[in-house]
Amino acid sequence: MFEYAPAPESVRPQIKEHYGLFIDGEFTDAADGAVFKSVNPSTEEALFTVAEAGEADVQAAVAAARRAQESVWGPMSGAERGKYLFRIARLLQERAREFAVAESLDNGKPIKETRDFDVPTAAQHFFYHAGWADKLAYAGLGADPRPLGVIGQVIPWNFPLLMLSWKIAPALACGNTVVLKPAETTPLTALMFAELCQEAELPPGVVNILPGAGATGAALVDSAVDKVAFTGSTAVGRAIAKSIAGSKKKLTLELGGKAANIVFDDAPIDQAVEGIVNGIFFNQGHVCCAGSRLLVQESVADDVLERLKARVETLRVGDPLDKNTDIGAINSAEQLSRIQALAATGGDEGAEVWQPACELPERGFWFRPTVFTGVQQSMRIAKEEIFGPVLSVLTFRTPDEAIAKANNTPYGLSAGVWTEKGSKILWAAERLRAGVVWANTFNQFDAASPFGGLKESGYGREGGRQGLEAYLDV
Amino acid sequence: MSEHADRLRVKKTYKLYVGGKFPRSESGRSYPVSSPDGAELANAALASRKDGRDAVAAARKAQRPWAGQTAYLRGQILYRAAEMLEGRAGQFAEELADATGAEAHEALGTVEAAIDRLVHYAGWTDKYTSVLGGANPVAGPYFNHTTPEPLGVIAIVAPQDDPLLGLIDAVAPAIATGNTVVVLASEAKPLPALSFGEVLATSDLPGGVVNLLSGKAAEVAPHLAAHADVNGLDLGGVADAGLAASLEAAAAETLKVVRRPGRTGTSLDLLRQWTEYKTVWHPAGMAATAGGGY
Repeated sequence: MFEYAPAPESVRPQIKEHYGLFIDGEFTDAADGAVFKSVNPSTEEALFTVAEAGEADVQAAVAAARRAQESVWGPMSGAERGKYLFRIARLLQERAREFAVAESLDNGKPIKETRDFDVPTAAQHFFYHAGWADKLAYAGLGADPRPLGVIGQVIPWNFPLLMLSWKIAPALACGNTVVLKPAETTPLTALMFAELCQEAELPPGVVNILPGAGATGAALVDSAVDKVAFTGSTAVGRAIAKSIAGSKKKLTLELGGKAANIVFDDAPIDQAVEGIVNGIFFNQGHVCCAGSRLLVQESVADDVLERLKARVETLRVGDPLDKNTDIGAINSAEQLSRIQALAATGGDEGAEVWQPACELPERGFWFRPTVFTGVQQSMRIAKEEIFGPVLSVLTFRTPDEAIAKANNTPYGLSAGVWTEKGSKILWAAERLRAGVVWANTFNQFDAASPFGGLKESGYGREGGRQGLEAYLDV
Repeated sequence: MSEHADRLRVKKTYKLYVGGKFPRSESGRSYPVSSPDGAELANAALASRKDGRDAVAAARKAQRPWAGQTAYLRGQILYRAAEMLEGRAGQFAEELADATGAEAHEALGTVEAAIDRLVHYAGWTDKYTSVLGGANPVAGPYFNHTTPEPLGVIAIVAPQDDPLLGLIDAVAPAIATGNTVVVLASEAKPLPALSFGEVLATSDLPGGVVNLLSGKAAEVAPHLAAHADVNGLDLGGVADAGLAASLEAAAAETLKVVRRPGRTGTSLDLLRQWTEYKTVWHPAGMAATAGGGY
């Protein structure tokens, strides 16, 4: 096996020492002066400090968004709104490398992924939704669908810029204005996006960015917004749904998952192994739709596992800014300890653990790719979302058993099916209780393709024509 | 009428409709139902928490087979229900007039509207999937397709003052899309709904697809809202804002889709309400047969 020489990314973005809140088109410090710092998870070094929004800041941002919606953005023609969004898409493409490096630094994910996936897909989301702005009458949601007003949006740390684009692009295209809270560990690209909004001459108040933690998010949910859009944990999603009960606020939720990736005995095994690896180790497993439960048919289980382990041995874990890195840093110390605690229960409950013999950097937050075999459905590693590079392998004998096991979860976000038989794919896809089914592929995303879950994975869709329903008064 | 004046009329016992059968409440309870002018009409079963759970179990058992039927067949069954209701329009007009105090011709008009509404939804079953779903032009060599799928089991608190047409407006779009339902009929005016169960029972509708309960929303609805095997909650018939808020909060525990009181919409909006989109990806073309990004 050849070793790769280090190939570090040479572009360094201009990261400021301090960022303010972005309210009404201007950067400003928090009313109470609160600040926090953002840490590079691969080195544990502080990257910058940022203002932490409190209740007064939330009120100010929502008021600015309301003014902008009623006086500028709502009355503006769809065609003109669209042109602003096209402009944002183009600026993101122009500054793609800078955003990719910044995202990798703040999040810990490999530059390969931010460069080839996060940033281009975010730009695509703006470009796609820009085109909808003057065509909403054709979306099948009535002749003259109206915006909802001001949207409060709370996003997670796993795909910071991409989740921002999934939230902001459709909301703006539909004529709403937004107040968005990025995750506390990954505010950087949201603040760079705020600068980009200034560069695009977006009218003040249309986009407001409020960094902060849970308290900021709760204040935003409780504020005078017309709708809340949340991506994150099921526990927080449930709390939000409870807190808006009885109000007029609308809600869409994109929550956790425990996706089954089903490999039938007639699957293309080498492709399936690539898909299994992509399914669970993409983005360090920090993916709500990760294929964290491998369901493999008993007759091919030994073969699949042998090839899977051989493939995982070749994954390169380390410096996120190295272009050859496959698996970067875990996003935070808190997430690392959660992964460690849940993974420990696997061994305690009798599953067999396997990890490749890779070296980990001394500083930063790291977790080896991990495969548990002999997993039973009752084990915590088979039931709970780990949100890390940890795969639980279960086996099945019949297709019916595979479907029953796949659906045996309160979640319903995604699923994978591997087989060369077309009718079996359609049979399985129809029975899987999941919002997205990947057949002979995994973890594919696109602005034109609706994404979202069922059951305790939430409700509402993001992307595609169907995603517009979340931001129109229908 | 050739009946003797002294013939004793055979009165109907109004029972629940659960799993295709007509049981009394397992609690053995009933409550008197009167017309608006105070005339006693009948006793209706007073459904309990256990009746609610039985109904959810029946609805769950029926859901997968019902969703698995062809859209054409679901349409024919809804049309059959319209046929059965047409044949009994006179009886329903009378029950409706008794329940609401409406004039006879007005009540008949409502029944006719209800029949036509069933026909309308019968025609939707094999069309909404094409209208709501479709192929998505993704930026890569993939076939990508989105279809609306039923949420599963929907609990419905039916409108209080529109006991037949309002009920059908709530039930028809939910079952047209392959869901099964547990319905709490109008509390004070449950008799037309319970008779509608007889229409459904003679329409080839599989048992358990529609389950009808009579009783108190404040007693039974909280259990349906909290039931982990219910996927959607329609609060259209909950007049008390406090009760509606507490039911919505209970439904949030298992992240049910909730339709708040006062929501209106086109029939397509109602069909969308109880469906969720499933998107399926598959590689297209030899270049895309590799599994992933690594």
